[in-house]
Amino acid sequence: MNNTYTSPDVHGYYGDFGGAFIPEMLYQNVEQLQHNYLEIYNDPSFQKEYHALLKDYVGRPTPLFFAERLSKKYNTGIYLKREDLCHTGAHKINNTIGQILLALRLGKTRIIAETGAGQHGVATATVCALKGLECIVYMGEKDIKRQAPNVARMKMLGAKVIPATSGSKTLKDATNEAIRDWINNPVDTHYIIGSVVGPHPYPDMVAKFQSVISKEMRDQLNAVIGNPLPTRVIACVGGGSNAAGAFYHFLDEPSVEIVAVEAAGHGVNSGQSAATTQLGVPGILHGSKSIVMQTIDGQVVEPHSISAGLDYPGIGPIHANLFASKRGKFLSATDEEAMKSAFEVSKLEGIIPALETAHAFAVLNDLKMKPDEVSVICLSGRGDKDLATYMDAMNEQ
Amino acid sequence: MGRLQKIFDHKTTGVLNVYFTAGYPTIDSTVKLMETLQEAGVDIIELGMPYSDPLADGPVIQESSSIALKNGMSISVLFSQLKDFRKNIQTPVILMGYMNPVLQYGFEKFCKEAAAVGIDGLILPDLPPFEFESSYGKIIKDCELDFIFLVTPETSVDRVKLLDNLSSGFLYAVSSSSTTGKEKNMSDVVAYVDRLKSYQLKNPIMVGFGIKDKTTFDMLNGHANGGIIGSAFIKALDSANDYSLSASSFIRSILT
Repeated sequence: MNNTYTSPDVHGYYGDFGGAFIPEMLYQNVEQLQHNYLEIYNDPSFQKEYHALLKDYVGRPTPLFFAERLSKKYNTGIYLKREDLCHTGAHKINNTIGQILLALRLGKTRIIAETGAGQHGVATATVCALKGLECIVYMGEKDIKRQAPNVARMKMLGAKVIPATSGSKTLKDATNEAIRDWINNPVDTHYIIGSVVGPHPYPDMVAKFQSVISKEMRDQLNAVIGNPLPTRVIACVGGGSNAAGAFYHFLDEPSVEIVAVEAAGHGVNSGQSAATTQLGVPGILHGSKSIVMQTIDGQVVEPHSISAGLDYPGIGPIHANLFASKRGKFLSATDEEAMKSAFEVSKLEGIIPALETAHAFAVLNDLKMKPDEVSVICLSGRGDKDLATYMDAMNEQ
Repeated sequence: MGRLQKIFDHKTTGVLNVYFTAGYPTIDSTVKLMETLQEAGVDIIELGMPYSDPLADGPVIQESSSIALKNGMSISVLFSQLKDFRKNIQTPVILMGYMNPVLQYGFEKFCKEAAAVGIDGLILPDLPPFEFESSYGKIIKDCELDFIFLVTPETSVDRVKLLDNLSSGFLYAVSSSSTTGKEKNMSDVVAYVDRLKSYQLKNPIMVGFGIKDKTTFDMLNGHANGGIIGSAFIKALDSANDYSLSASSFIRSILT
């Protein structure tokens, strides 16, 4: 096997995880991507177009902010990578910009996507509006009800939002419906997957588009502290796209500690959790081999997290490999801990984070950070979409 | 000689393969429905192993899968139900399912037990040829099970030949790139099958997806070796109280 932590082998494997377990009906589409994505990605004219949009449309580079009061509280050095300042309010758009440009080069005219909390759906609807392509977003019927503002945003941007009514009616089922749509529309459609999941080459492709996060971190750290390498990088993980982007350019630097924080829901062993690496076993979900939460009979179970973006029973194969090889440290935070952190970050730094992001902050106490250490937290999204949940929490207090 | 091969030696066209989901409509219906299908003259029985996330299937089969799971169906329950089925059933039986439950059961254990109870072949749509050739294929062959790959109208000639070469029993021609239970234009399907036949493949060709009644099934006559009916059969079961009765009257409507 000729793969590194960042790049899979030619069949899409990171160690034992990855691959492309897809029915033949998807083969043409997936093969076309496998065959073309690296060439397109490495084409200088593509890179130029991609980076121009990241700069002028998304607002990159996003700041690396020294969180002074948070650092003081934990008696260490904490920097925040401000992905919440991206256009549309989260890192998701780094990937959708890349994939829409790729879809155009492949001659596709119709875009489909899945979404949980709606952030990836909004980011997809946004780039489809930007490029004038038809956009269909699959979203679990349950999520449509609990994420109404994002549904409205997608509609205003011209996207058609189709409820996934099968199974548990959440992200997993929205992904199934999007894949079925792709099977039924094999020629003109590109499927923009929102995380580092799915059949090869999606995990690698999405990780590459998100890797701009860690590329900027290195340059910014170098400018601020004279060293591109921090002590550690911390990010929340559902499927794991912001984490893949934040870790990417540090994975082959053994001195940098990699900390992934999963959603423990009501508690890892409560039966209401989304801590995939702790509760899952190797399996196949949505076209790749990874760690999957499932019953003893191999039926995929419905996870729970207060944040819809982490509410996924799998994890990207890149992360499964970081977990299995012990390159990454995998921690988890409960709904309650994440909520507490969201309020702490808001009050100490004047930044209201997304509930997903708040999980990354919830492990600061557990990490036993030293005063001379430098930790970077990927602040993956802003909390506007979670205001209703935050208001409920304030009313309860 | 395997049971599947015997069917095709005996019958070069009009072979009827009927799919249904194990554990649907009731947990105990599996073997009873198999007996009904054999009596009604079905040539091959394709038994679906229900899965929570059946990507290649449309709403009808998906719904039958979730009901079967609610009924308590699993691979181990299925094998216990199938323990003695060969006493009464001579019809070839194929298991169709998805990789994840099979991996959890243990791939080798699964193949061995399937062969031991008298299963003839497997269809695992999300097991691609690369994985088949690098690891799983050998286990399947060691257990003397047939393995059936799918091809679609989008599959290139070279790939059709590769998939035909790796398959045994028959080759499953998906009538158009789509999930199960969708409407198809049958004249396109016939033209596609004729194209496949011109490649002079080693396996018989069975057409699935879009075959739903006597008309669509008969249109394959003289073109394909036969057809596979799934969603339409499940629907027929769905609308009736006595599933055995509705099953045999549905099959009669196809074969007479």
